[in-house]
Amino acid sequence: MAKLNLVSALNMALDQEMARNDRMLILGEDVGREGGVFRVTDGLQKKYGAARVVDTPLAESAILGAALGLAAGGMLPVAEIQFEGFIHVAMDQLCNQIGRYRNRSRGRYGLSLVIRVPWGGGIHAPEHHSDSPEALLAHTPGLTVVQPSNPADAKGLLLAALRLGEPVVFCEPKRIYRAIKAEVPEGDYTVPIGKAAVARQGKDLTIVAWGAMMREALEAAEELQAQGASAEVIDLRTLSPMDSETVVESVRKTGRLVIAHEAPRTLGLGAEIAARVGEEALTSLLAPIERVTGFDTVMPLSQLEDYYLPDHRRVLAGARKVLAA
Amino acid sequence: MYFERFDPLQGQCLQILDPMGKVQEDLRPDLPDSRVKQLYERMSVMRLADQMAMSLQREGGMGTYAPFYGQEAAQASAAFLQPADWMVPSYRETGALFLRGVPLANLYRYWMGDERGMLMPEGLRILPIAIVVGSQPLHAVGLSWAMKLKGEKAAAVAYFGDGASSQGDVHEAMNFAGVFQTPTVFLCQNNQFAISLPRKQQTAAATIAQRASSYGFPGLLIDGNDIFAVAAAMTEALADVRAGKGPRLIEMLTYRLGPHTTADDPTKYRASGEIEKYKPFDPLLRLRRYLESRKLWDETAEKDLVQRGQAEVEDAAKKAKAIAPAVPDDIFAYTYRTLPPYLKRQQEDLRAFLKEQAAVEAHHG
Ligand SMILES: Cc1ncc(C[n+]2csc(CCOP(=O)(O)OP(=O)(O)O)c2C)c(N)n1
Repeated sequence: MAKLNLVSALNMALDQEMARNDRMLILGEDVGREGGVFRVTDGLQKKYGAARVVDTPLAESAILGAALGLAAGGMLPVAEIQFEGFIHVAMDQLCNQIGRYRNRSRGRYGLSLVIRVPWGGGIHAPEHHSDSPEALLAHTPGLTVVQPSNPADAKGLLLAALRLGEPVVFCEPKRIYRAIKAEVPEGDYTVPIGKAAVARQGKDLTIVAWGAMMREALEAAEELQAQGASAEVIDLRTLSPMDSETVVESVRKTGRLVIAHEAPRTLGLGAEIAARVGEEALTSLLAPIERVTGFDTVMPLSQLEDYYLPDHRRVLAGARKVLAA
Repeated sequence: MYFERFDPLQGQCLQILDPMGKVQEDLRPDLPDSRVKQLYERMSVMRLADQMAMSLQREGGMGTYAPFYGQEAAQASAAFLQPADWMVPSYRETGALFLRGVPLANLYRYWMGDERGMLMPEGLRILPIAIVVGSQPLHAVGLSWAMKLKGEKAAAVAYFGDGASSQGDVHEAMNFAGVFQTPTVFLCQNNQFAISLPRKQQTAAATIAQRASSYGFPGLLIDGNDIFAVAAAMTEALADVRAGKGPRLIEMLTYRLGPHTTADDPTKYRASGEIEKYKPFDPLLRLRRYLESRKLWDETAEKDLVQRGQAEVEDAAKKAKAIAPAVPDDIFAYTYRTLPPYLKRQQEDLRAFLKEQAAVEAHHG
């Protein structure tokens, strides 16, 4: 096994599936010669040609609308949206069209397509390059939304997404694209979509996170351990359809819940998780549920970005609060 | 007359100043020598300002910056707007914004990740820069529509790139402008790249300018490295739209000599010799040749200009660095006119958290 970062792990998954499935094609802005602005598709155009790794004109709505058509026509399109802030340009195609297609066609066209999107803040980028609009997508019926938190999951989840037979929005936390290196199996494997992972066992409280926030959650859990509290950390991995059963089960054991995400708080995924835990495990709760999140404001530019993004210290503060209650 | 004489559908492109610095007299717009000299000076300082931004970025003081190296003549289009006209820029318009009167220190500040840099000086009719490619031409249409409804004889100029011309929003903007006959100037700076994608892969059409005809208004392709062509096209387009003759599209053909942004590595997609091919068309070099041939410029004047310009941009950089950092409360100040209670609570939580952290750190430090 090689130690890889997220970018290389994703590149490996794309490469392996391209080799396995000749119906797969990659399309997007700068994905070919440039290898993507984050280099996730690096080298693939050289290997598979410009007809399978396609540099498209600058038009997100066209990229996703055409991907729908390609999928309906029997291809497996993998579209890249360069940064999450630009997915809004294609929202009609995504929410009104792609998400509803299975239903509209009464099951005839279950679209096999994957939309890869670099996601979230923390890299000191310009406006619209640091948001986390995951709740918009998770709120859309018919879309599967995935967000890996480490290289091995990234590869396995992407391979699973490519074989799911559903439209998947694959959110790639760009803050940890190169910040984490870990063992990634070279062979073929999938990580199940729709299943959360218990990343760390614990008994005093549950922390739920996903994507780049997993690092903060695990670091907070480390510090809590040193202070004598044991945190169970759950990586949601699939944001929609959401595996709240794993969370509920954990809360039944620990009695306390902290949800950490970098997206704005109001109507964020944390609200839904809290509601489900309230519905199913209210009597297990020993303290009010704590949400550690971004603010309901515009994501600030780099100077104030670190104040906006919840870090392990804020997760820790949230944990202390539920432990004190 | 330029729009009439030069038809992009016939492959025509307006050039007045040739690369050797010779002007075609019958096409020359009405620009006194003093004005040409002044334009040369501002374009030169613009370039120095651009280089300063690049070095600020390399020093680590700036996040990402989008240079306009090689596009100085097209950026100088801003010099032909009147105070009542609106400028609707993209992220690459640092030169144009500077020319229109936005303090350089503000612009640096913005790219240093401080939103306060985008607060335009009172009275300057400029919208904030657009990062979402192709979003802003629609805003220019609305703005100029408002001017028309209010009976103001003013235009709105939408700046966008060749890549942006592929966005649905840009088509929709041009179509609206045509239908509602708004006083909009669509200004496409075709620097021949959208990050790595060459213009030829952006559209199968020969020019972007020719699109105007399908929306029912005139378009003009010009040599965007030729300040005389820029002056001619801008002056005529602005006069026409202000006179209620409907929108105009100008495609300024230029070449991006630098990277797309400081985060980009053009060697991935551009042959190394390609830039050399375009260097003789450098807008500053051409204009200087012209000025020298007319005995309006010499080595001494150039030295003096560079010295003054360098001092100007260094001063701006110093000012930008000296501004106290934005404070966290700033995050909450502008999302709504008044803070809803739950957002106020979020702000108070952050204040409390920071206070607590400061206490912890003081204790440990
Ligand atoms: C809607 C949208 N998609 C993608 C991007 C990322 N991006 C930033 S600039 C750029 C290329 C723009 O090219 P062009 O319109 O020709 O303008 P230029 O940058 O060359 O001035 C891209 C793809 C963006 N900012 N907005």
